[in-house]
Order: sequence, then structure tokens, then C-alpha cells
Amino acid sequence: MIYLFLIGIPALMGLASLLVKSDDWRPWILPLGFSIHLSLVIACWKTLPTPSPLGWFGLDEAGLIVLTLASAMLLVFSIYCLEYLRLRKERPNRLFTASLAFILSAVSLVCVSRHMGLLWVGMEALTLASAPLIYFNHNQRSLEATWKYLMMGSLGIGLALLGTFFLALAMPANSVKTDPLLIDSLILHARFLSLPWLKGAFIFLLVGYGTKMGLSPFHSWKPDAYGEAPGVAGGVLAGVMTSCPFLGILRIFQICSSAGLLEFSQGLLILIGLLSMATAAVFVIGQRDFKRMLAYSSVENMGILVLGVGLGPMGTFFALLHLINNGLTKGALFLSAGNIHRAFGGKTMDHAHGALRRVPISAALFLLGFIAITGSPPFASFVSEFGILRSALDSGHLGAAFGFVLFLAAIFIGMATTVLSVVYGTPKEKSDMAVQGDSPFMVLPPIILMSAVLFLGLWLPHWLTDALKRSANALNGVL
Amino acid sequence: MQELSQILLVLIALFSFYALGNSSLIGCIRIIALQGMCLGLLPLIIDRQGFGMQIILIASGMFILKGFLIPRILSYAIREVKIRREMEPLIGYNASLLIGVFLIGISFILASRLPLPENIRTSLLVPVSLSVLMMGMLMMIVRVKAVTQVIGYLMFENGIYLFGLAISYQAPWLIEMGVLLDVFVAVFVMGIVINHIARAFDSINTENLTNLGD
Amino acid sequence: METLIFAPAILFLLLLMPSLMLGLIAKTKAFVSGRRGPPVFQPLHDILKLLGKGAVYSETSGWAFRLGPVLSLSAVLMAASLVPLFGAPLISFNGDAILFIYLLALGRFVTILAALDTGSSFEGMGASREAAFSSYAEPALILVFASLAIHSGSLSLSQMFSSGQGILPAPSVLLAASGLLIVLLAENSRIPVDDPNTHLELTMIHEVMVLDHSGPDLAFILYGAQLKLMLMGVLWIRLLSPSLASNAFLLTLSLCGLAIFIGAIESSMARLRLIRVPQLLIAAVCLAAFGLILAVR
Repeated sequence: MIYLFLIGIPALMGLASLLVKSDDWRPWILPLGFSIHLSLVIACWKTLPTPSPLGWFGLDEAGLIVLTLASAMLLVFSIYCLEYLRLRKERPNRLFTASLAFILSAVSLVCVSRHMGLLWVGMEALTLASAPLIYFNHNQRSLEATWKYLMMGSLGIGLALLGTFFLALAMPANSVKTDPLLIDSLILHARFLSLPWLKGAFIFLLVGYGTKMGLSPFHSWKPDAYGEAPGVAGGVLAGVMTSCPFLGILRIFQICSSAGLLEFSQGLLILIGLLSMATAAVFVIGQRDFKRMLAYSSVENMGILVLGVGLGPMGTFFALLHLINNGLTKGALFLSAGNIHRAFGGKTMDHAHGALRRVPISAALFLLGFIAITGSPPFASFVSEFGILRSALDSGHLGAAFGFVLFLAAIFIGMATTVLSVVYGTPKEKSDMAVQGDSPFMVLPPIILMSAVLFLGLWLPHWLTDALKRSANALNGVL
Repeated sequence: MQELSQILLVLIALFSFYALGNSSLIGCIRIIALQGMCLGLLPLIIDRQGFGMQIILIASGMFILKGFLIPRILSYAIREVKIRREMEPLIGYNASLLIGVFLIGISFILASRLPLPENIRTSLLVPVSLSVLMMGMLMMIVRVKAVTQVIGYLMFENGIYLFGLAISYQAPWLIEMGVLLDVFVAVFVMGIVINHIARAFDSINTENLTNLGD
Repeated sequence: METLIFAPAILFLLLLMPSLMLGLIAKTKAFVSGRRGPPVFQPLHDILKLLGKGAVYSETSGWAFRLGPVLSLSAVLMAASLVPLFGAPLISFNGDAILFIYLLALGRFVTILAALDTGSSFEGMGASREAAFSSYAEPALILVFASLAIHSGSLSLSQMFSSGQGILPAPSVLLAASGLLIVLLAENSRIPVDDPNTHLELTMIHEVMVLDHSGPDLAFILYGAQLKLMLMGVLWIRLLSPSLASNAFLLTLSLCGLAIFIGAIESSMARLRLIRVPQLLIAAVCLAAFGLILAVR
């Protein structure tokens, strides 16, 4: 029953915002509905809800973590949207508001589905729901970005469907009576799965969902989509949407690890993770557009996530922690980047220079976000990235550890040049923009997100570590 | 029945092939409509146990959607933007035809290596699905017009549908419905985007969409 | 009794039928466009008339020019002896399919040599076109033969083109047949590839090569070309259904049908631009290759 509410409430909100006539009042639906959703999710933390009778729906720790992150962040974003959409009066916000609500609905579907086919349906819904966010500005550049996003996204979704078919074929036809795509029954019968099909399924799902995540050879849509979407939409894409395909990869990884393909899948994850970090390092250096820079940083962090999962239970633990840290920090970064973009009317270093003079709080948040995302103490990313480095060394992946440190350093340097030039210095000319200084509603959300990152860096609550540990062990087949 | 379904499958592969070597957008749309109709007929004549209601439902859904509705949307899109031909593909038509044959060969080799049950391995369904899938991907890569890319994507989806049909003894029919829905919504959204592209650029050439880059 | 009918029937098929087919094609085209057209026996009449005339040789041409028509006709005649018309061919052994391909290539080669020997730029142009397009058509023919050889398990024409079938031919045979049809049209300079009736040398392929031949030489060339068309027609008919070629009468009828069919194709479409011809031939190569893939598995 709770599953129906988790998926249904945001969907109803989406329908409601399609029906509401007033552009002024419509955005208020979001914080209201999202807070109901968040309270439902928090209630799930007390006791995990029982799976649905046929086993199609269910919530485990990994799903709950992703769902909580998504729900909480969307609530924060919706508060930001109140002010943002008031400033962007010239654009009708019906589709924008509705697609934010539908995104939460699709995310919930992905998180609670215990059926790979259903999970795929959720992922497809997510792709379609997010396209209007990128196209919000309705100009040539955003159209181009939306086109690339849809083409690449559809291709990835198609390949993931092929992988799902392969997974269904891996289940021996006559030995099991249940649906061949139920995750729990796949794990239960893991010993009987046909390994060639499972390998194929893993590769195709990794490529398909990796495209949606923005892992390296399939990341080409990412800088365009993140660069052209409004700041808050970039935050939704980078902070919320990428965690869903990651969850899909975690699911197939869990099936592979219980079927005895642990080393095969780990090897692929490490490879693609390092490749993503390397690509990000190459493109982030000399990047003049700070939103595209954030996109490459997202490619890097997705690489860190899959790399962590490839490094055993401890690595998986820190990868899941990094998922939270990256989401929160990316949210803060994109929101403050959006503020800076608006204050200067441009998103390259040529336009935006000396943001600290013009929008001090946003600029400070941008700087702090940069420090946090590159893994500097005292922020939580330091804990998770250091943990991943340690698990690489512990598990004997010296090459991976070396590459990890090297790419992190390169990305730190590359991002620093851009960020410092944007934040410090004096603005080139007097601003003729309407926005002067920071408005409270638009800096409060990033402040909330940044303080959460700082809080997690200083103290990890035991319920969170317990959940992370249980989930990391389950994913790696350690009991 | 066996022979008829084989000939139908060969036809489906040939349609993909024809689309690869054809520069006329209307021709490509007609071909993809024909392919969709063949796909709709296929579940009815393919060997399998039972002739349930759901097979008829899927078949007729496929037939109407892929044979009529989607081609209608696409031809509406090209009529709106008054575009007829794919002028400058990244890879020429002769070369794409030859690559297409190469891909067909690869998919037959692949299909014979897959650990499938005997009765499926001997049928043409899997190799044809793989070759249609690969030719669709090829078309998405080497053509620059938005409409041709959508056609390539449709071919890719047709290949996936064929594969789903081959393994339908294993996966429930929800998946097949999922594919239908997916294709429909994707094209619907793409159709809207194409219209917007037309209005913003006066053509549906994705080569115009190259402002972004590093 | 067998041989009494056999010998005259073979003679009729080899000597008269080729010209008759060409006449029928012309008649069909005339009928579609609403003209009366030349009589069906006109091509035969032309050949007989040419045989009675003397030949003119230009001073610049040498032995290759004189050798060309003779050699090309004898190559085609040799090929004819390998083809099963109805019943068994005159000569048959395992591997005669390869000899057949090479004989056709030899005929083309000497025709090209003769064309180059005239030193005329028109002939040179025609020769280069013929060579270029046959470099597409020959692989297609070889692939068709290969897939049929694999399908029937033999390299002999008589077995490759008479394997029994059910109601519908196998998909690989159908693909081979469609590839062979394109090759047939291209090799015999029929319309989507070449227009035999055009008066503009610049757009010709085959005809422009033989402009300088006259008298019996020209008769040899014309007859050779007609015979080649008929031989490939016989093969195509046998591919569709061997029972259509079970006796001389049925074969004559189906050849007439094929001639009318070719005439209908020629009336329904225009000649392709020269640039597009390779694409058609590549499509034939691809069809044949697809058939080969189907036959191999």
C-alpha cells in the first residue's frame, strides 16, 4: 500500500499542476506534496515496509537511501523553484512544475521496484519526464541539448531493455515457476543462472544505464544538457536523476555477485569508473563554461561511484556514502551556479568574473561546493573519497588507487582555475541585470544542502552507517 | 507457416537494408511503415503454442501503431518542414549498404553462438532481430537529419521487439507492451521536438545542432 | 524419339529463341507506349542481313579488333553448352559453374579489348564503363552462384539450378533470384542500367563499345549478346521453379513470358543516372551476400 502512495502522490501532484491555471500559485503545489512524500519516506526508515504479495514491489536499504536522497533534495529544490519561477515569469511553468513532480514519481517507482522490467519502465518514465526541464529556456541551444539528451537517453534505454531480456534468458526456463525478472528470485536462484547470458545482461545494462548515468564513453549528452538546463534543473539531473540508473547498476551487480561473477563485474566497473574519471580530467581542464565544468565533475563523480562499487564491500559502503555526498553537493553547486549565471547573464569565465562582489553568498557557496566536491576536509566527500582510496589499497588495486589520486588531483587543479576566476576578482562592467545581490529564498536551499554535507562530514549518524553497511554487504553477497 | 514466417523475416531485414540505401525521407518512412506491418503480422504466423487473446492484442496494437500511427506522425513532421532528402550522410549509401551486409553477417555468427534453446537457435528470428537492431544503430550514427535518426531509432526498437518475440517463452507480455508504449511516447516526444527544431532552425538537420561542444 | 525431338529443339532454342526474345521485348515496349513496333522477327532479320555484308576495318585497328567478336561469340556458345536448357546440358561436370562465370568474363574481356583497339575515345569510354560496372556485377553473380552451390551442395550448373522445392522456394534462393535478376538486367544492358535504344553515345555503356564493328562481326556481337540474355534468362527461370523448364515447350513459353516481363520493367522505369548504377549493382551484391549468409547457416 505504501508503495502506491510513494508513486501515486507525486503523480497526482503532477496531474494537479497540469490542471492548475495560475502560474503564480502552481509552484506551491510542489513543496506541499514533496513534504508529504518525504514524511512517508522517513516513516519507512523506522521499519522497512513488507514486500508486496507477488514480490514486484519492495524496499531495501539501497533503494531507501536513494529514495530519501531524492525526496529530500527535490523538496529543497522546490523551495528554490518558488522564487526562481517568480523571477522567470516570461516562461510558462506548467510543464516544468509537472515534470518535477513526475520525476519524483518515476524515481519512487525505480526505488521500490523489485522487478527488473518494472525498474526499466521507471527509468524510461524518468527520461521522458526530465526532457521538459532541459528545454525550459526554449531557445536553439536548449533544443539542441534536449535532442541529444533524448537520442542518447532513448538509445541507452533501448540497450538496457536488451540487457533486461538477456537477464530473463539467464533464468533456466523450466526450473523456476516465478517471473524470471524478479530480483529476489534471481538472487535466490543465482547458482542456476546461465553465466554467458548473465554476463551479457551485465554488459548491456551497464552500457544502457551507464548512458543514463553519464559514464565515460556514453557521456556526450551530459555537458550539453547540464549546461543548457536552468541551474535548478541541472541540480535535479545531477543530484537526483543520476542516482536511479546507479541503483539499476547496483541491482544487476548484486545478482552477478551472488551468481559468482563478482570478479568479472568488479573488473568492468573499475575499468569504466577510471575511464570516466580520466575523461572528466581531460575535459575539465581549461573549461571556460562553469556549468559544463560541473557536468564533467558529475561524470567524474559517477566514475568514482562505480569505481567504489568495484572495490569490494568497503568500497561499496563508501560509494553509497559518496552517492549522498555527491548529490547534496551537486545540488548546492548547481543552485549557486544558477544564481551566478543570472547575476552576470552568462555562464563562461568571460562573462562571470568576481562573483564575490556581486552575489557574495552564492559565490561563497559555489566556492565551498567546489572545495567539497573535490574531496577536501571537513566535508563528507573527503570521508567517502578517502574511504574509496583506502579500499583500493586494501584490496590490492594499486593501479586503480594511483589513477584515482592522479585524476582527482588533475580535476582539482582544472576546476580550481575556473572556479577561482569566477569567484574572485572584480566584475568587468556595471551590471544592468535586474538581479542585484542575493535573494534569501534562492540562497537558503543551497545553504541547507551545504550544511548537510558539512554535517555528514563531521558526524555520521549510526542508523545511516548501519543501513549503508547492510546494503554494501548485501550487494557484494557477504552475509 | 514456418516458410512464410521465414520469408517475412527476410523481408523485414531487407526493409532495413533498403532504408539504409535510400536517400528519400518519404521512402524511408514508407519502408518503416511496411516493416512495422510485417512486425505486426509476425506474432500471428510464428510457431508457438496457443493462439491467445493477448497475441492478437499485441499483433493488432503493433500493426496499427507501427504500420500507421508512427509513420503518420513522421510524415506530418516532414510535411511541416518541407524536407525531402537526406543530402549529406556521414557515410555514403553504397558504403552503408556494404556495412549493412557486414552487420548481417556478424549477427548471424553471433546468433549461432548464443546459448539459446535449440528450436530458437535454428529460427531466423534472433539473427534477423540482431541485424535489424544493428542497422538501426548504424542509421542513427551515420545520418544527420533528425527524421532519419528517428527512423534509425525505430528500426533499433523493432530489432529489440523481434528479440523480445524470440524469447517470449521466457518473459511475460508486459515487456512487449512496455516496448510499444516506449516507442510511442518516444516518437511522440521526438515529433514535438522535431517541430520545434523546424521552427527554430528552418530545417530538421541535426548538423545545425552543433553549437554545443568543447 | 527422345533425340529426334531433342536435337531440333536445342537448335531452335539456341539459334532462334535469343533473337525472338529481343523482338518480344521490343514489341512489349512498343505495345505499352501505344506503337505498333517492329515485327518480332526483326532482330533475326537484322542478323541475317548483316551476315551477308562485308566488314569494314579502320586502318588504326589491329588483330584485337578482328579477334574480339569471334572470341566473344565462341565464349558465349561455350557457356551455352554448359547451361541446362531442359533436361541435361551438353557438357556437365562438377565445377562447370566456375567455368561459366569465366567464359562470360572472357567474352566481356575480348569485347573490351576490341573496343580499346579502335583508338576511338567513345569506344574507350564505353569500355571503361563496362569494366567498372562489371566489377560490381561479377561479384554479385559469383555470390549468387556460391549461395546456390551451398544450397544444393554441388558446383555443377545442372544441379545448382534444379534442386527441388516445396510450394515456396527457400529464402536464400529467393534472395539469389532477386540478385540474379538485377545482374541479368545489368549484364545485358537492359533499362535501369543501360538503354540499348538510345541515340546518344555519351549515355551508352555496351552499345558504344561496338560502334565500329560492321558486317558479320556486328552480327556475331549482336547474336552473342542475345544468347547471353537468353542463357541468364533460362537460369533465372530454373531458379524460380525447375518445373518451368521441364520440357522444350514450357521453357519456350516461360522465356517468352520473361521477355514480356523485361519489356514491362523497361516500360515502367527510366534509365538510372550513371552515378546511381553502382548503387543498384551494390544492392545486388548485398542481396546475393545476404542469400549466401542464409544458405551458409
